[in-house]
Amino acid sequence: MSHTPCDACEELLQGYLDRELTGSEVVQAESHLDGCDYCRRRYRFEESLRQYVQTTAVERMPVGLMEKLTQLRTEP
Amino acid sequence: MGDTEPEIDGRRIATEARDRVRFEEEALALADQVYRVARRLVGTREEAEDLVQDTYGRAFRSWQSYTPGTNLRAWLLRILTNLNVDRGRKVQRTPDMQPIEEGDYYLANKMVEASGEQVLDQDRVVEKLSQDSIVNALSSLPHDFRDTVVLVDIGEFSYADAAQILDIPIGTVMSRLHRGRRLLKQELAEETIS
Repeated sequence: MSHTPCDACEELLQGYLDRELTGSEVVQAESHLDGCDYCRRRYRFEESLRQYVQTTAVERMPVGLMEKLTQLRTEP
Repeated sequence: MGDTEPEIDGRRIATEARDRVRFEEEALALADQVYRVARRLVGTREEAEDLVQDTYGRAFRSWQSYTPGTNLRAWLLRILTNLNVDRGRKVQRTPDMQPIEEGDYYLANKMVEASGEQVLDQDRVVEKLSQDSIVNALSSLPHDFRDTVVLVDIGEFSYADAAQILDIPIGTVMSRLHRGRRLLKQELAEETIS
């Protein structure tokens, strides 16, 4: 496993998953991913981890809080 | 033109009241999303409830400083994160030495090491990592990192919005996010693999 292109790919991981890369960076990341099973699996892992963190860490608002917030309204 | 002053005043008051009601309704419609971010910024549900109530109290009082058409959720979160700091969230001693960070693929590689490449399949990831381990790992992050990770990963704010909410440059958002997520994965690796 060659480390240089995979290191570059790892560098781009965050921006790629957050959809905050520039066009040329997206091309760079995707052309490496197309040919590299190692990075592709890890990108997929990061993607599912991120989704999992998002869904598991979400807690719904407690019952009753909405009513308390509504009472804070300034209208008479 | 032919209007008398009391009529103009009356109309102005009516417009203002209507704008205020609309603001309050739009803000309340976001309460669930505001709460879910708050809940991960503080340690307990009670603190999160207090923080959200203080945020809405302040928002309703200073509604006129909100510019209609801009991102109301970001505006509310800005109030919330400022209040959270003002409330003197437990001051965290900055460690003299920053922890050594592992790379972005650290958790993935650790899981592979422990159980083979197939463990990276999506369902297996979920099997291996419990909800508690994720919540604990998030709450163990240093505040600055946690604020950024929670805003972007839980609140789904863009880098630019997170920068505005926390009043820091975008580059700082990116580096805190990067380091915060690495620390999160290290924490998860320790909890899950060991």
